[in-house]
Amino acid sequence: MKPEESATTGADLLVKALIDEEVEVVFGYPGGAVLPIYDSLFKQNRLRHILVRHEQAAVHAAEGYARSTGRVGVVLVTSGPGATNAVTGLTDALMDSIPIVCLTGQVPTHLIGNDAFQEADTTGITRPCTKHNYLVKAVDALARTVHEAFYVARSGRPGPVVIDLPKDVLMNKHDYTAPKKPVQHKSYRPQVKPELKKVEEAIELIAGAKRPIFYAGGGIVNSGTKASKLLTQFVHMTGYPITNTLMGLGTFPASDKQFLGMLGMHGTYEANLAMYHCDVMINIGARFDDRITGRLTEFSPKSKKIHVDIDPSSINKNVRVDLAVVGDAGHVLEDMIRVWKARQPKVDHKALKTWWAEIDKWRARNCLAYKQDKETIKPQYALERLYHHIKDRDHYITTEVGQHQMWAAQFLKFEQPNRWMTSGGLGTMGYGFPAAMGVQIAHPDALVIDVAGEASILMNIQELSTVAQYRLPVKIFILNNQYMGMVRQWQELLHGGRYSESYMESLPDFVKLAEAFGAVGLRCHDPAKLDETIKQMIDIKKPVVVDVLVDKTENCFPMIPSGAAHYDMLLGPDDRAARPVSEEGMVLV
Amino acid sequence: MSTPDASSHTISVLVDNEPGILARVVGLFSGRGYNIESLTVAETDAKENLSRITIVTAGTPMVIEQIKAQLDRLVPVHKVRDLTVEGPHIERELALVKVKGTGDKRVEALRLADVFRAKVIDAKTDSFVFEVTGTSDKVRTFVGLMEGLGLVELGRTGIVAMSRGGEAL
Repeated sequence: MKPEESATTGADLLVKALIDEEVEVVFGYPGGAVLPIYDSLFKQNRLRHILVRHEQAAVHAAEGYARSTGRVGVVLVTSGPGATNAVTGLTDALMDSIPIVCLTGQVPTHLIGNDAFQEADTTGITRPCTKHNYLVKAVDALARTVHEAFYVARSGRPGPVVIDLPKDVLMNKHDYTAPKKPVQHKSYRPQVKPELKKVEEAIELIAGAKRPIFYAGGGIVNSGTKASKLLTQFVHMTGYPITNTLMGLGTFPASDKQFLGMLGMHGTYEANLAMYHCDVMINIGARFDDRITGRLTEFSPKSKKIHVDIDPSSINKNVRVDLAVVGDAGHVLEDMIRVWKARQPKVDHKALKTWWAEIDKWRARNCLAYKQDKETIKPQYALERLYHHIKDRDHYITTEVGQHQMWAAQFLKFEQPNRWMTSGGLGTMGYGFPAAMGVQIAHPDALVIDVAGEASILMNIQELSTVAQYRLPVKIFILNNQYMGMVRQWQELLHGGRYSESYMESLPDFVKLAEAFGAVGLRCHDPAKLDETIKQMIDIKKPVVVDVLVDKTENCFPMIPSGAAHYDMLLGPDDRAARPVSEEGMVLV
Repeated sequence: MSTPDASSHTISVLVDNEPGILARVVGLFSGRGYNIESLTVAETDAKENLSRITIVTAGTPMVIEQIKAQLDRLVPVHKVRDLTVEGPHIERELALVKVKGTGDKRVEALRLADVFRAKVIDAKTDSFVFEVTGTSDKVRTFVGLMEGLGLVELGRTGIVAMSRGGEAL
């Protein structure tokens, strides 16, 4: 064979590299700068391309795919607007540590900097919203860069990586180089295994606790399914209570009696009070986010804090901790269990019994209670009924952002990791529906439901066209209160009930909207007919939009107003007048 | 800095000499609201393609710890060293100082330059450009003196720093 025959174009080489990285699906949208890649995709059948209707949705779909499988999600967009549209998704993936490789087209190298058609400084724009990014300037660096990008995206604390690909690089010819395994990066070497001494110190603190609590987050999910099993095992060995962050739901079975529910701003009374009153806090894979801590000066003031995190920059960022264990959650848990077994520590059972008795008193407050009447559907009731009908099926839940998201976190129970996809850090309205598409692609036979609000769903509603094209039987369960509910709730509590721009005028007819896209639309406003509607939704093997008309003024409780401490929870509508929000709290988001 | 327990730290960062690396470092500081008091950067190892960045920053101990962890997290960063906490170190900067004037002031400028061991690197009948090297304090003092003697232009490199003794970064 002549050398020029053996050589492949940059675009072909890119596709080869993706296949070598075991990529099966790419979520993307074509355009001028990436036409060579689309041509290469056309000529092969190993990689499946899912055509979205907006680049933001491509990233969220890849996030859903990644979060539900533990694999890297791959995105392909064109230069300029293709790349800028992807920025929200990339930021979302960065905040929630989701492994993504995003391939962006770029104008040819000789035009870079010339304000060429559809040119944007993609590496400049995406530098602060990616874990790392690359501009590939020559075809001989392409394969190596792709392999490195996958390594960076999936290892350590996962995150999004952008590879910017000028069109001439995609068209130039070069031979392919396969990835080297194991990857040894010259400067990037995340610490995966913890120092044993730190683990031993942690075990000593944990064993001596009288009022302990585990506080586990998304780091457990990112470590892989084994980490959740180890967490469950370790928590059972100790007999201690555990709470999960929004991102950590499912890492410990929600039905387990040691589980106190989610903590934080809309977390349970028992979880937040246990965090406040504990004497030893064991944080594994969570980052002391402001939605968790509330007022920092009042955050768990009496506890010794252990923080297990793979990212050293998460440690002592918001909360000063007493013991930091840097390492992957799974590895740390494995070591913790081993040391615990070897030492057989004597736990203070008497103190623990008193602690649990106290927790049970808080539990008895039944903080998630609500009143369902015969007239209007309460959003909480809708979710409880939804859970009742899906709990014995293989199901995945995604959400948009707002009240419905918090209610979903409170009322749906997660027994396993990778089943719950939500935008935690960035709080991206419009995340849930495309994420659900990504999940459905990865799990074609599972029941995938996007719990949505009527405002959020409109932010990526164009994807109904995508689910129609690929016959993805995604279910969109809209809790329609005709308000941007969380905005309205804050306006009620913080801004004297002046509902500025939070009422959605001129909402579409969601049933007709669904039908226009070839999906099925259902509507329900009668509590008595809710079960029937949900069953119908599940039985229809097509995309379904369910418009559930719920109580317009229901608020999401419990709530720790911003800037307040964990003991300062609002437990229900009658609670609100008693504690005005402080001025210092008003300025917080 | 307004916070009482804030202090100044000199941090050395060894990085891959690649496009955008400075933007990553500077973007990290601006994006997270950290201070940069001084910044120098140049290639130091052509064979390994490495550059050394020296940053002087100020913050509370918690902020300084964050800055170092955030720098270390950047993919092209090889090493991060806080010279201020890791033992004795030396710091130097260089300034070019242009002074315009005639008569007594010109003579006095030249005399002071000699005291500060500043070199004359350009001279006209009515101007000098001095090159002065030393600690920031020394450079500042010299520049302060020149202000009264016809200072018209000033260029400073910012600090380069290194630990004392045989240990390398």
